[in-house]
Amino acid sequence: MKSVTVWVDGNTSVEVIEPKDSRAVHLTVDGKLIRTTPGKSLLEAVWNRPGIGNIPALCYHPIVQSYGACRLCTVEVEEQGRTRFVASCLYPAKEGLVVRTDTDRVRQLRKGVLELLLARCPEVKVIQDLAIEYGIEKPRFALGVQDCILCGLCVRTCRENIGRSAISLVNRGIFREVAAPFYAYELGDGCVGCGDCVYVCPTGALKLGPDGKPVLPKVHIPRPAAEGLLR
Amino acid sequence: MSIEQVDRLVDVAALERLRQSIIEKRNPFQLRLRICNGTGCLASGADEVTAAFEAELTRRGLSAEINLVKSGCHGFCEKGPLVVVEPQETFYQRVKPEHVPAIVAATLDGKIVEELLYVDPATGERILHEQEVPFYRGQTRLVFGSNGTIDPTQIEDYIAIGGYSALAKALTQMSTAEIIDEVKRSGLRGRGGGGFPTGVKWESCRRADGDIKYVVCNADEGDPGAYMDRSLLEGTPHAVLEGMIIGAHAIGAHEGYIYVRNEYPLAVSNARRAIEQAMAYGLLGKDILGSGFDFKVSINRGGGAFVCGESSALMASLEGQVGEPRAKYVHTVEKGLWDRPTCLNNVETWANVPLIINRGADWYNQIGTEKSKGTKIFSLVGKVNNTGLVEVPMGIPLRDIIFDIGGGILDGKKFKAVQTGGPSGGFIPESLLHLPVDFDRLTEAGSMMGSGAMIVMDEGTCMVNMAKFFIDFLEEESCGKCVPCREGIDRMGEVLERITTGKGRMEDLELLEALADTLRLGSLCALGSTAANPVLTSLRYFRDEYIAHVVDKKCPAGECQALIQYSIISEKCTGCMVCVRECPSHAVTGKRREPAVIDLAVCSKCGVCYDVCRFDAVKRA
Repeated sequence: MKSVTVWVDGNTSVEVIEPKDSRAVHLTVDGKLIRTTPGKSLLEAVWNRPGIGNIPALCYHPIVQSYGACRLCTVEVEEQGRTRFVASCLYPAKEGLVVRTDTDRVRQLRKGVLELLLARCPEVKVIQDLAIEYGIEKPRFALGVQDCILCGLCVRTCRENIGRSAISLVNRGIFREVAAPFYAYELGDGCVGCGDCVYVCPTGALKLGPDGKPVLPKVHIPRPAAEGLLR
Repeated sequence: MSIEQVDRLVDVAALERLRQSIIEKRNPFQLRLRICNGTGCLASGADEVTAAFEAELTRRGLSAEINLVKSGCHGFCEKGPLVVVEPQETFYQRVKPEHVPAIVAATLDGKIVEELLYVDPATGERILHEQEVPFYRGQTRLVFGSNGTIDPTQIEDYIAIGGYSALAKALTQMSTAEIIDEVKRSGLRGRGGGGFPTGVKWESCRRADGDIKYVVCNADEGDPGAYMDRSLLEGTPHAVLEGMIIGAHAIGAHEGYIYVRNEYPLAVSNARRAIEQAMAYGLLGKDILGSGFDFKVSINRGGGAFVCGESSALMASLEGQVGEPRAKYVHTVEKGLWDRPTCLNNVETWANVPLIINRGADWYNQIGTEKSKGTKIFSLVGKVNNTGLVEVPMGIPLRDIIFDIGGGILDGKKFKAVQTGGPSGGFIPESLLHLPVDFDRLTEAGSMMGSGAMIVMDEGTCMVNMAKFFIDFLEEESCGKCVPCREGIDRMGEVLERITTGKGRMEDLELLEALADTLRLGSLCALGSTAANPVLTSLRYFRDEYIAHVVDKKCPAGECQALIQYSIISEKCTGCMVCVRECPSHAVTGKRREPAVIDLAVCSKCGVCYDVCRFDAVKRA
């Protein structure tokens, strides 16, 4: 057995007894001591732990590698006296880390991101619900008409779990969208029709078509001024 | 000397013998014509001037006696094509092919072509030598110095001026720990924008686990108006290579990459040629200078995405994947290219290394300020008289760069702001022109050092419109991976569009600040987290201009088309009909000797009538 000193918020520390060959890491999340295995991300380390606020995440799914695109899972971490905002789905759990998942600044940041998402996808239920939770009534921008938030879950599961890469993210910036090879919207032989992409889609933007293959959401350019910039 | 014929340099002594033999063969009193063949001068016709010199020398049978050097960029791009006659150091500017016979004739007679000399606008005097030109006089050219004096395609030129002696010293007289320590003590910080201490980066990479490590030279310069890395790689590719070899040796890497934009064809070909020549001499490849150290460098051409200048996106692109950044919670010095420890530095950073090794950290860290050491090359562009590349010691006030070296504002107008650090930098107003160029001081002012672009704006520039220009640039260049950057920059553009077209509200200013916060704290990479700087600094220093757009629906600088109207002042109009003829929308009508009239319903607000009127009879308000 060995004793490990874990610092909880600056001045207080506790002693934790661990087996001699333990590689466990200890961190404090919202004032609670968490013990986890190295290599896990913060989000994974606190997933479903009682007493810790629910961290929203739209581009995270346990069956694919973390991506860090939606930024909703952003939390505050304190390390060696320095505080910063990190995406908890990617930030590795480290010994002695002090994490705060629900501070005013974190909520403010998530609110800002949600306002942007709601403006892009005003009709998507999961975003509407989160927006209400974070106190957004109406976005201060022109409303878009999309369902896809470009989280890339469909693309990642097709590549990582199915091994097909029948779809990918093409183009950049606001012109980014999900498409089949050669910028096609109809899926060819690359797609085996497993429906995994539809299953992981957090917003319902992908739906199964009559042929058993997903129907891809077409991105509409949000502003007339932006037309003609690319393509 | 062709590449195939050279002997491999088996050790340092062989390098020194080669250097001596090159120097001995050269006659210091021989006439040399250094013609700038940098991209700026080539754009103004340097290749035709070079061809004219070659033809003239052949015609006179002087090809052997007068040495023609196609050098890299001299820096004073405004006055190109540039030609310098050695050994007299006579400096000719704006040379055209028709001037060539006169220059050759005058040079042979020991005379000077007066009308091609640079005229000092302050004194009206003609200046004979390069170093006496105010543009050059205020500079300290340590890294950029040999750019204009050697032929970048000849490794012998570089060796003759002491090239690869730092490598020889590093390989034979210093341990790897000593090299890293020297770089650390020099205080060199990354010149690509981040300003991270180079020596510390090297040390982390050296300590990182892994038997295969890489060094990468970031030549994916993409800031609008910035071209110092391009010119350096075009003009002194061997200094960059030498730095990379030393760095690789110190870190323990045996493979390196130069990631350079494909839009820089001359940089690509000069760097490629430099690698071939260094390979032939055994300065790259196996057993470099007999030290047992192996290192090879490959060139990878980028596709021109701005985001690929970000280190993790650059590495993804190098691996053949889409150039998108990833979170760097595990640093690239530990897991970079192909998940191996990778040390990435900017072109200018690598080019500083030989200097530090040769002359020592104690010499280097005397230059500059407490926390920013050495010199920095800036590309001075915009509404400034002397456009060009400027190398100055860190700590020099912005005012000195813009007014002493840059020669002040174009057309005698008033200075308004300077943007440092490219699209992610901020605007610095006149009240802060005393600020020294120093990583930390520029960051405090809301801008940044960045890679060294310096865009000068005059009183005719609308700061809201300028902020919108950079936001539009970044909107196009955002990779679109993370929400704050993709959506946030787009929405910033939406709000700025509203303001510049007279539909803005006072709440929009707060909205911009809120968006800026989301971008700064929420973005995945530095493109997003710094994207709001132009907006934030313009709000901070030029808020009254925003208010004028929002409240009074006026653009004080007269740049925002939706907010200006053109009209004819009848009393001044002579009825010359020039505006009637020139108006592309046929909005101006009138008869000879009668005042013209602008039909506002048809007017496209292009401003041609305003520009062509010689009687100030067109009013813009």
